[in-house]
Amino acid sequence: MTVPGRFGPYGGRYVPETVIPALDELTAAFERLRDEPAFNAELESLYRSFVGRPTPLYLASRLTKKLGTARVYLKREDLCHTGAHKLNNTVGQLLLAAEMGKRRVIAETGAGQHGVATATAAALFGIPCVIYMGEKDIERQELNVVRMKLLGAEVVPVSSGSRTLKDAMNEAIRDWVTNVGSTYYVIGSVAGPAPYPALVRHFQEVIGREAREQVLELEGRLPDEIIACVGGGSNAIGIFAPFLEERQVKLTGVEAAGEGLDSGRHGASIERGRRGVLHGSLSYVLQDDYGQILEAHSISAGLDYPGVGPEHSWLHDEGRVGYDSVTDSQALEAFTLLSETEGIIPALESAHAVAYLVAKAGEYSEDDLVIVNLSGRGDKDVHQAARALGILT
Amino acid sequence: MSASVLRELFDSRERKALLMPYTTGGYPDMDGCRRVLDAFIAGGADMIELGVPYSDPLADGPVVQASTQQALEAGVNTDDVLDLAREYSGRLPVVLLVYYNCVLAYGQERFVKAAAAAGVSGLVAPDLPVDEAGEFLDACRGAGVDPILLVAPTSTDDRIRLIAENASGFIYCVSVAGVTGARTTLSSGLPDFLGRVRMRTDVPLAVGFGVSTPEQAAEVAQYADGVIIGSRLISIVRDAPDIGTACEEIESLLKETGGRLER
Repeated sequence: MTVPGRFGPYGGRYVPETVIPALDELTAAFERLRDEPAFNAELESLYRSFVGRPTPLYLASRLTKKLGTARVYLKREDLCHTGAHKLNNTVGQLLLAAEMGKRRVIAETGAGQHGVATATAAALFGIPCVIYMGEKDIERQELNVVRMKLLGAEVVPVSSGSRTLKDAMNEAIRDWVTNVGSTYYVIGSVAGPAPYPALVRHFQEVIGREAREQVLELEGRLPDEIIACVGGGSNAIGIFAPFLEERQVKLTGVEAAGEGLDSGRHGASIERGRRGVLHGSLSYVLQDDYGQILEAHSISAGLDYPGVGPEHSWLHDEGRVGYDSVTDSQALEAFTLLSETEGIIPALESAHAVAYLVAKAGEYSEDDLVIVNLSGRGDKDVHQAARALGILT
Repeated sequence: MSASVLRELFDSRERKALLMPYTTGGYPDMDGCRRVLDAFIAGGADMIELGVPYSDPLADGPVVQASTQQALEAGVNTDDVLDLAREYSGRLPVVLLVYYNCVLAYGQERFVKAAAAAGVSGLVAPDLPVDEAGEFLDACRGAGVDPILLVAPTSTDDRIRLIAENASGFIYCVSVAGVTGARTTLSSGLPDFLGRVRMRTDVPLAVGFGVSTPEQAAEVAQYADGVIIGSRLISIVRDAPDIGTACEEIESLLKETGGRLER
């Protein structure tokens, strides 16, 4: 089957000519291996024994009672090894890299979750790994920097531009352009030039496949709505994908409104961005009138990105997925709420999805069935949350 | 189709290869940039390559990145660079290097027309490979501006053929797999790579990325029709105590380099 290079008008390969042949090579390898039984058997085995899949679909009954509305299930991606859904993708891509005979992998990271997941998978496969990370993020996410180093990865600080995720991604692309023959570039979201958006989606679809099976077993029917946070959008695409054809299932992506959509300090690329090219694909991008990329802001480093995956842009234009946003403070309230009512400390990214549910609680009926993708756990965020909540002074 | 200014420039050249210096538009500021462009002319440049500053220049190494960032911080925008092109295009042919998002944000047709009106002869978009360039190529041709395509050492023969079929003005040959920036030696594979391109096109070939010294330029001129020098010139501006000193140094480096390009 051919890997799609475009989602409607979005996607494409807006990168220097130097790496186009490598993208062709990757596309060919992916097309060959994605349906190969031996490749998938090995992937499946790694998902079970290393990643810790399947992750549970958990009925959050105290949250349900507290909100007094729909039955709420949480898809527990926070229980994956390394603490988030990111490992689904990196294990898949490292398996691909190994099959392609690549001797070195590189990746960009913002909060450090994708960096840790890449370093983890690289250690598993015994392949040297270099992670690019903005200096500002290194300061904010020290714990993940230590984890990557413990896993044997080299962490390269990026001092250009806004010194955050977008600049780390530029730097990773520059490395790839330079070392394109030997190096595999592990992109962490459903972004970047084709085939990455389709490839990352493929490895994350396991979330939605499991959720679908689980909800049918537990409830005997499909959910009424699925909610997921959207930065680049990989956890959202992962859980949405197997439901896209089921028009009766409402799908909602929640972007970061940061300090408010009108504050200029947010990460809501779909709601407030315009069509443009960033990191190799055409999509919605936060930019000024001259096309200069703007800095995003979110309390959650994983949503602090001025772009979004091209498929999300298409799903938005098509109206198949609804996109909304919640602020930093709404996310923090949801962070506390889920911790106290369910004994689950969510990642601040995932807290955005919970916060949307809280904000819309009055609009559901008791018969409604809602799944929230709990994409990651909050261990990495406790310091930041504690400061914001005044627990630590 | 109107005759290409750039093609004519290559075809009628006296030097073995044209001297094609690059700088970032509005770096270190608008007036400083004018003085650098004056030094290009005084140094005997055959063409000016001018960059539109962009926040995320992923084909550029640290030197050019820092220059675009500084220009942006000084408030330079696409219109300012088009103004510079207008000021200088009467004196030397001007080629603009522009990342594709700046073109899209301006409006593809509108940008290409504005460039043509400013007397720009060619447009290079380093993040727009030929496969994605259809509308851009059409817009350029409609406005009488040459779309300059890039070819890399990693390009397959099939891709070189595709690029050659769509090229006009000149083909920008990236000397190594990598980003812009000075390198101590040229790639040993350069002659073979240029030979692979040459046998598939009669469009002139200019080489850029990593060319920084008169010696390297002379070596490149054995195989190519044009030599692009960028990062080295920008680093002279960056490191000089003042813009006057920088421009003297640029002028003398270009004169020396030009001397090495004579037949």
